[in-house]
Amino acid sequence: MTSLIPPSTAEHEAGAVLEEGHGDFRLFGLALFLVADGMTFAGLFAAYLTFRAVNPLPEGGIYELELLLPTLNTVLLVSSSFTFHRAARQLRLGEGAGCRRWLLITAALGAAFLASQMREYFTLPFGLTSNLFASTFYVLTGFHGLHVFLGVMLILIVWWQARAGGSINSQQHFGLEAAELYWHFVDGIWVVLYGIIYLL
Amino acid sequence: MANSISPHATHLQPQGWWRYFGFSIDHKVIGIQYLVTGFFFYLVGGVLAGMIRTELATPISDYLSREAYNEILTMHGTVMIFLWIVPVVNGAFGNYLVPFYVGARDMAFPRLNAVAFWMIPPAGILLIGSYFIGGAAQSGWTAYPPLSLTTPATGQVVWILSVLLLGGSSILGGINFIATILKLRRPGLKLMQLPMYCWAMLGTSILVVLSTPVLAGTLILLAFDIVAHTGFFNPVQGGNAVVYQHLFWFYSHPAVYIMVLPAFGLVSEILPVHARKPLFGYTTMVYSILAIVFLGLIVWAHHMFTSGTPPWMRLFFTIATSFIAVPTGIKFFNWLATLWGGKIALNSAMLFSCAFILNFVLGGITGVALAQVPFDIHVHDTYFVVAHFHYIVYGGTVFVIFASVYHWYPKFTGRLLNEPLGTLHFVLTFIGFNLCFGPQHWLGINGMPRRVSEYDPQFTLMNQVSSAGALLMAISTLPFLFNVIYSAFRGELAGDNPWRALTPEWLTSSPPPVENWHGPAPHVEHPYGYGMVDPA
Ligand SMILES: [Cu+2]
Repeated sequence: MTSLIPPSTAEHEAGAVLEEGHGDFRLFGLALFLVADGMTFAGLFAAYLTFRAVNPLPEGGIYELELLLPTLNTVLLVSSSFTFHRAARQLRLGEGAGCRRWLLITAALGAAFLASQMREYFTLPFGLTSNLFASTFYVLTGFHGLHVFLGVMLILIVWWQARAGGSINSQQHFGLEAAELYWHFVDGIWVVLYGIIYLL
Repeated sequence: MANSISPHATHLQPQGWWRYFGFSIDHKVIGIQYLVTGFFFYLVGGVLAGMIRTELATPISDYLSREAYNEILTMHGTVMIFLWIVPVVNGAFGNYLVPFYVGARDMAFPRLNAVAFWMIPPAGILLIGSYFIGGAAQSGWTAYPPLSLTTPATGQVVWILSVLLLGGSSILGGINFIATILKLRRPGLKLMQLPMYCWAMLGTSILVVLSTPVLAGTLILLAFDIVAHTGFFNPVQGGNAVVYQHLFWFYSHPAVYIMVLPAFGLVSEILPVHARKPLFGYTTMVYSILAIVFLGLIVWAHHMFTSGTPPWMRLFFTIATSFIAVPTGIKFFNWLATLWGGKIALNSAMLFSCAFILNFVLGGITGVALAQVPFDIHVHDTYFVVAHFHYIVYGGTVFVIFASVYHWYPKFTGRLLNEPLGTLHFVLTFIGFNLCFGPQHWLGINGMPRRVSEYDPQFTLMNQVSSAGALLMAISTLPFLFNVIYSAFRGELAGDNPWRALTPEWLTSSPPPVENWHGPAPHVEHPYGYGMVDPA
């Protein structure tokens, strides 16, 4: 068995510290983080679905939701995934200006989502502590909205970094890819949320 | 490039003793930081345990008030689990060993690693501080509502914040381990050539990443109930307290494996070295870990057989839980087979490892018993559960932590721990532990409820035996403490590889240089090749 390199021979090569040549696995790390984040949502979804199944609302409890605004919101958020993808492709083609334009459109769609969610919050006939459904509704959509808010901030940071001479360009674009992965994740969560809260 | 691995970045790290007090990104420094911080909290949790056993030496609530007793038992559980065992068995040994085992110079995300460690001291300070500002949480480490909604709110909220911080630290650590093991392996090193501890850490980290976030979400809901007066878990407001239990145990059953799988891994490293034999049944060990990870995620409701669970649920969770005995049994027999016919050196590391096997099989048997609904209903919330749990987590994991300190101390410091003191430490710990927790089986079967500061006088004798055992356990830390401090300066010089071990961490100097190897990382195909490979 010659599989061992005794320390003594390794000593002779000291100084020539080898670069092991591993690829960039930061996106992999981010994906793991999103799995964890997704499990937080999964736990909250499970709680919501169980409450719904076994805890009927008290007589006269209000849980009517408007469907128009959230549906519009779904359209906004899903299209923002496509615009972000567009931005990333522009960057890879070396079109820095085009990339930044699409990033701004994406951020605007995200901001519009948040504005419309705020409007929904202020027009609903129930508040955070009105009943179990209301509490779950606000905590779930609020936790997701926080993710959207963070996402918009990330997009604006990436937009700034992608300026001419910035740290993100057609060769170096980890920041943009990370923000994109995160944004798709937030969109995906919304689609599930929309399905179980508004449609179910 | 904030988090990318740059093998040369660690050259910029300070080299003196003060690096242990700063934001070092060297995985070995971070490992030691976890170990020492964790041991500090072990002493804190131990003092709390001592107070519990002092109170329980008499049947009436004389030494502590009932509220103080509840605070102390809550703090004891939380400190021991979240600040001692989880950080040490994962963070300390994981950070120190895993990069060696995959042939890397550091973890995949060194800065993230340091951030994860530095979330622990503030969480600990917060938790202990809550005792002095308005009183600590009183609802046990499980924080079941509605109890946690009716006990004083400040302590409970601080408790939630602290556990959220510790959970976050654990998740960041878990991500780092998965990325390191899967992506940072030395080119050509196959997964099935990895030392067993890597597999244990991979399995543990998968559990951490999948289950800890659920606890975080649950505690956020609980915080809303306390602070904003929502009613998620409050039946008075139409909420559902059992949902909390489901979500809590979705984390906290896997948490047992988060505490014990790494111990399985560590003991699988120690036994072959001191028995001079290959680890028996490597492949079955790997699949057992994966099976435990999978089963561990689908057995949580065995903690809830008295919570009004429907019959089908009881049936499912009983069967699934009983199945865990299969992979754990495989590991148990593999360890025995590893020892069988070996040239066993009965040093301190080995004594603690062998005692682990014994304690763990006892705790495992009571675990299978507890999975059976009729028996569980009888002993639910009695001292039988306390005994079972401590046989797994103290008799199992803490014994392995001590074994690991004796085994890897020469790696950390270049000096050996004193063996006679180690044997003394072992004998005191082993007798104290069994004296403390053995009688609790009897107490539980005879109906003594846990988490109450008073009990029926008929239980006095066994409680006094148990308290005497706790006193022995307290005394047992003295030779250990003296040993680790004294030996750091005066211990016998160990040389690079005192155990003639074959796993990669021993194939460099002791203590190792900043980037682990003086040259390229050695390619270790047979980490357990005793009798096959000539030890260097
Ligand atoms: Cu369990």
